[in-house]
Amino acid sequence: MELLSGADMLIRSLQDEGIEYIYGYPGGAALHIYDALFRQDKVKHILVRHEQAAVHMADGYARATGLPGTVLVTSGPGATNTITGIATAFMDSIPMVVLCGQVASNLIGEDAFQETDMIGVSRPVVKHNLSVRHPEDIPEIIRKAYYIAATGRPGPVVVDIPKDMTTPNERYEYVFPKKVKLRSYNPAIRGHAGQIKKAVDMLMAAKRPIIYAGGGVILGKATDQLTELVKMLGYPITNTLMGIGCYPASDKQHLGWLGMHGTYESNMAMHHSDLILCVGARFDDRVTNATEKFCPGARIVHIDIDPASISKTIDADVPIVGPVDAVLKEMITLVRESKEKPDADAIAAWWKQIEEWRAFHGMRYETSPDVIKPQEVVEALWKLTNGEAFVTSDVGQHQMFAAQYYKFDKPNRWINSGGLGTMGFGLPAAMGVKLTHPDDEVLCITGEGSIQMNIQELSTCKQYNLPVKIINLNNQALGMVKQWQDMNYESRHAESYMGSLPDFIKLAEAYGHKGVRIDKKEDLEPKLKEVLAMKDDLVFVDIYVDRFEHVYPMQVARGSMKDMWLSKTERV
Amino acid sequence: MRRIISVLLENEPGALSRVVGLFSQRNYNIETLTVAPTEDETLSRLTVTTTGSDKVIEQITKQLNKLIEVVKLVDLTEGSHIERELMLVKLKATGSQRAEIKRTVDIFRGQIVDVTSSVYTVQLAGNSEKLDGFIQAVGTSGVLEVVRSGVSGIARGEKVLSL
Ligand SMILES: Cc1ncc(C[n+]2csc(CCOP(=O)(O)OP(=O)(O)O)c2C)c(N)n1
Ligand SMILES: [Mg+2]
Repeated sequence: MELLSGADMLIRSLQDEGIEYIYGYPGGAALHIYDALFRQDKVKHILVRHEQAAVHMADGYARATGLPGTVLVTSGPGATNTITGIATAFMDSIPMVVLCGQVASNLIGEDAFQETDMIGVSRPVVKHNLSVRHPEDIPEIIRKAYYIAATGRPGPVVVDIPKDMTTPNERYEYVFPKKVKLRSYNPAIRGHAGQIKKAVDMLMAAKRPIIYAGGGVILGKATDQLTELVKMLGYPITNTLMGIGCYPASDKQHLGWLGMHGTYESNMAMHHSDLILCVGARFDDRVTNATEKFCPGARIVHIDIDPASISKTIDADVPIVGPVDAVLKEMITLVRESKEKPDADAIAAWWKQIEEWRAFHGMRYETSPDVIKPQEVVEALWKLTNGEAFVTSDVGQHQMFAAQYYKFDKPNRWINSGGLGTMGFGLPAAMGVKLTHPDDEVLCITGEGSIQMNIQELSTCKQYNLPVKIINLNNQALGMVKQWQDMNYESRHAESYMGSLPDFIKLAEAYGHKGVRIDKKEDLEPKLKEVLAMKDDLVFVDIYVDRFEHVYPMQVARGSMKDMWLSKTERV
Repeated sequence: MRRIISVLLENEPGALSRVVGLFSQRNYNIETLTVAPTEDETLSRLTVTTTGSDKVIEQITKQLNKLIEVVKLVDLTEGSHIERELMLVKLKATGSQRAEIKRTVDIFRGQIVDVTSSVYTVQLAGNSEKLDGFIQAVGTSGVLEVVRSGVSGIARGEKVLSL
């Protein structure tokens, strides 16, 4: 029988769970736990400079690896600082466990120093949260937390740990449960066979079909199955911003991503389709535009692990609740064995129409002889990294340009805050990726607004030697806000100008890194090449880009999917 | 349409606040809410009455089911069911009013459970419409205080909501 203190049990449980890295920041209520961390060397702790960054780091790690991330913080301000990060992970269904210190049980409710009701504060933005009420329960709670975070539709789980649960000299028997059982939580393990059959029949009968795939395909590790099915059918596929990489962007069946800033051809094809096969996406408002005008002629098959995602905004004709990989596998078998075959003439006519749309617009922008366009920076990076880099992003125009012009052929490489749209996500997320992928190129494509929301992490990068490349598309403005003001507020730029920008080069140098400024068009490629050759350095690349550029296409507000601005002057 | 959703919930601290939080967070209505332990001490039974389109009700049941502590639920209004609410009401009762009130209480099959020289306290059980009807019948001017338990419900026949 092994006797351990609560703090040691916690760390042992993390070891037994196979956790390699945790990201965090210490404080009073977590000190017993930090002491237990100190006395072992299996679980490595990364000390960030702000708790929000710890959560984004764990998040970046989770998105790149598909494994749950882990965060450790103290009570009160330590815990509340994690909320934005937790909400970010929640909106994008990212598995993670956030361990929070809490004041001792006897002080709870007394407005004790650094007491916050973290269970209450986090409730709307977690998949679940748990409190420790007895030290002996810690191993089971930890096991449960990871199980809930990583299964079904993944999400963040908070564990609140009052300080007296981790007292060093009170020891209890340590038993790490082999399995967890929750009578009230049983995610589906396969889809309904009858529904799957119905869906396949509809796929065979469709004349203008389209596959609409989302982040669920990546989270559900179903990219191979999706690719196989789409190839077999020969149908067009589009995906969401979160689904980027779930199907190779360079393949000709891929129409690009859809929605507010999606490609002309994918939005047109969605609108005119007669059958939408939705796989692990959720008909988000940034995709559908006005729901009452959404794809009037389309029947909808919707596959999702979360029943609540189905028919939430858009009604499904054939709902299929189940893990996407298992459902797609069954569909592949049925398609292979089906006596009915796709209607070759109809599909050929459909492709002809799509090719016309593609030729009409496609992804394009106007270049200029002297100003650097943000899009060309992204295209150059894509070329120079052979499309193989991990790319994290912040929120704004630069995020959209990155998603539009870096073509991802693999999943887990495009890492952005799609659901919450959290500025400040990019750098810590990139750090989380780099830590576990030291030999891969990790780019953080950001803006001068967003990067300043977690710039302090340059210090963490120095401490742990994380040579990410920060690509600052510096338009000297909160560009996306400014674009909306240009389009909807007669260019009244209320507070969207960033005055007094720091000298980012000196700032990077102050933290012990390298900085490179690019402001001449002819310097762009050669300097980027130099930067990418600096393998062991974090380089802050401050690139002065066109201040007046807008992101297009852009769906017209309250319109249908096909109503778009294609440039400042063309509207379709 | 009005619905009665009955939920078996893990009897754990914080579980109720998740249910209530869900309703406010997603902008769903709560008309009444009751919760109490069951014969199985690990479970509470919660009954919520709500209104909304079929689409909203479908979301409510799905979102409730997603809560880890919700073990099982049923929309009682989908089948035939019995619904009851308990009301205690204090009425001004002096002079000729006393006989009048007594008669009304009898008609509604209520009971006078406490009496003073000027006040009757009446207990009444039934569906919510019946309780509304009683208040209307005695007239709001004589009503001093009303307390209602909120709706509880159970399916008719052999159907049971249990593990
Ligand atoms: C934390 C947070 N605050 C505010 C916003 C609203 N917002 C969206 S984009 C944007 C501008 C971002 O500016 P920058 O990072 O320079 O990117 P750009 O659009 O210029 O490329 C703002 C303020 C947000 N998404 N996140
Ligand atoms: Mg900017």
